[in-house]
Amino acid sequence: MFDWLQFFRPTPPFSGGVLLDMHKITDASPIADCPLPEVLIHPLKQHIGASCELLVSVGDHVFRGQKIGKSKGYVSAPVHAGTSGKVVRIEDHIVPHPSGLGMPCIFIEADGLDQSIEAKNSITDWINHAPSLLREQVRLAGITGLGGAGFPTYIKLLKDQRHPIHTVVLNGIECEPWLTHDHRLMIEHSDAIVEGLAILLHLVGSPRGVIAIEDNKPIAILAMQQAIDAYTSNAKNQAAIIMVVQSLPTRYPQGSEKQLIQAITGQEVPAGKLPMHTGVLCQNIASTEAIYRAIVQGKPLTERVITVSGDALPIPANLRVRLGTPMRFVFSHCGLRQWDGIQIVHGGPMMGERLKNAEAPVVKSTTGLLAMARNTLMAEHQGEEPCIRCGHCSEVCPIHLVPNMLADFTRQEQFDKAESYQLFDCIECGCCSHVCPSHIPLVHYFRYGKGQLAQIRKEKSFAEASRQRSEQRNSRIVQEKAAKAARRSRVRQQAKKILPPETKDDQP
Amino acid sequence: MLALITATLSLGGLALVAGIILAIATRVFHVEGNPIADQVENLLPQTQCGQCGYPGCKPYATAVANDSVAINHCVPGGERTMLAIAELMGVEPKTVEEDATEPMLAFIREDECIGCTLCIKACPVDAIIGAPKHYHTVIADHCTGCNLCLEPCPVDCIDMLIKPELLEHWSWPLPNTERAQQGRERRDQHV
Repeated sequence: MFDWLQFFRPTPPFSGGVLLDMHKITDASPIADCPLPEVLIHPLKQHIGASCELLVSVGDHVFRGQKIGKSKGYVSAPVHAGTSGKVVRIEDHIVPHPSGLGMPCIFIEADGLDQSIEAKNSITDWINHAPSLLREQVRLAGITGLGGAGFPTYIKLLKDQRHPIHTVVLNGIECEPWLTHDHRLMIEHSDAIVEGLAILLHLVGSPRGVIAIEDNKPIAILAMQQAIDAYTSNAKNQAAIIMVVQSLPTRYPQGSEKQLIQAITGQEVPAGKLPMHTGVLCQNIASTEAIYRAIVQGKPLTERVITVSGDALPIPANLRVRLGTPMRFVFSHCGLRQWDGIQIVHGGPMMGERLKNAEAPVVKSTTGLLAMARNTLMAEHQGEEPCIRCGHCSEVCPIHLVPNMLADFTRQEQFDKAESYQLFDCIECGCCSHVCPSHIPLVHYFRYGKGQLAQIRKEKSFAEASRQRSEQRNSRIVQEKAAKAARRSRVRQQAKKILPPETKDDQP
Repeated sequence: MLALITATLSLGGLALVAGIILAIATRVFHVEGNPIADQVENLLPQTQCGQCGYPGCKPYATAVANDSVAINHCVPGGERTMLAIAELMGVEPKTVEEDATEPMLAFIREDECIGCTLCIKACPVDAIIGAPKHYHTVIADHCTGCNLCLEPCPVDCIDMLIKPELLEHWSWPLPNTERAQQGRERRDQHV
């Protein structure tokens, strides 16, 4: 039943959060195609989980969409070639990561023909196919959460009997400043997104789909509404599903999965639980479009839409970029010539990673690339002042943490105390750092604390494993010695007597 | 006289009852091994390197628990382990003479290995695999970097390498602000 009353109910908000200057300067520029670079760089791990297994070797010719990295393990996603060409190198290369460290990457030299591998698995009548088959298609297409986290999508689509999904939420919030790629996708590819949502509803067996959009994107709201009307008025799509667009007041970090679920259903996802446990599946707009392409067109994930912007970039744009394109190439395409004093940010300015250089390639989790003037970005947290206990950080924290106490504990290396103040529940949204009048880099402290705690745990488990191995070895040595001694004494005893021949054969 | 007998009997009876309870309690709450030694052992890094002069972490932990050796002999554990043991045992911290080295990893140059299995026998945590007259190799994930395989190798084909910094093992450094650095300096001074 359609719930008419929902428009009169006030939207249950999530607690905390801040209002930011949005700087969405590219929200009117249509998605353009980024040209193909000479060499594409594909890291073997672009997702959360296990790294991929290499499927090609140097000198191989590959086609666009050919699988070059096989997923290893359950939480993993395959990697596909971005264009046709030759594998020229397989070696460590810098990836988008704040450490500036590298990992194994496949370098593909484009042959300029850009030939795709034949799309053999396009399923237009997906409604007649079993969800398990479609989910396998999503897995093989290498789709991960394109909102930045990079969690393999197919895992979220598993139908769990204990936790039936009652609502599928499409996350069109895009609460990070500067980024507009989802906004443009919703305007330009609204039909694909709506069909993608219908596929998702079919996959998880849910009757209700909600497309959540912040009210600063009225054109996208209109476009999605029209697309839904067009889809549901089509006679062959008269299934028992409801799709609605829900406009939400603008607020950061509403695009965070758990906050969005709270804003829409009024239900808080408990600490340590997944959205699934509240009966909600949350999917990114770009991921949904990718699911549509994977199923209806049979295309694996080889490109994505990103926003290239920033206050130091001459020509900001929304670009459809081939995965593996070096960032330097993308920035040069957008007119960046002067590289001095520029900080490259991978993702949005609040949660994105500040990279050391632009050599890394665009990967699946790249939502945007920002070229920010270093003096505008770095000025905030140079001089850390003492905490004045104003409490602003606790007010804005969307998960009710006490950031100033957490920062104190991590600064004093009392990590166990920080953990008892639920350090690991922090989503690193950056609201606390943003409002802190003393310019304390709170989130940086939390990342440091989480890292140290993980380190301590790793050392503990390694020590425990070593201890067990050593104990096993010692007991084995004792056993071997005892066995040897027993054998020896038996042989000696047998040598004393004169033995019948059949027992002689028994001797080991 | 009666008072004396009553007192003796009642006190004796009480002592008997208490004795029985204690006897039962020792049976019921009996703990295998030395619990303090186990706690000390849990604090040690378990490299089994023998640099403390004992043939492994467990013997050293037992010796520390029996107060027969100083608490500052664990080289790979360094200052952090020493402080943790001092807190557990309730004794004064001591200075650690040797600095802890960076985590190391043994690496066998396989083309020089003659397959003698001596290093396999020396490895305290079974981190080397191989068979007679076949190449041996070190399982990097299990190697504790204890150096015990270097000495027995007759052809010196084992190198100790610094563990490579991997992306998966990277963690965020302390913020580079004055207050954060000051805090760290103060902590270091305090110790």
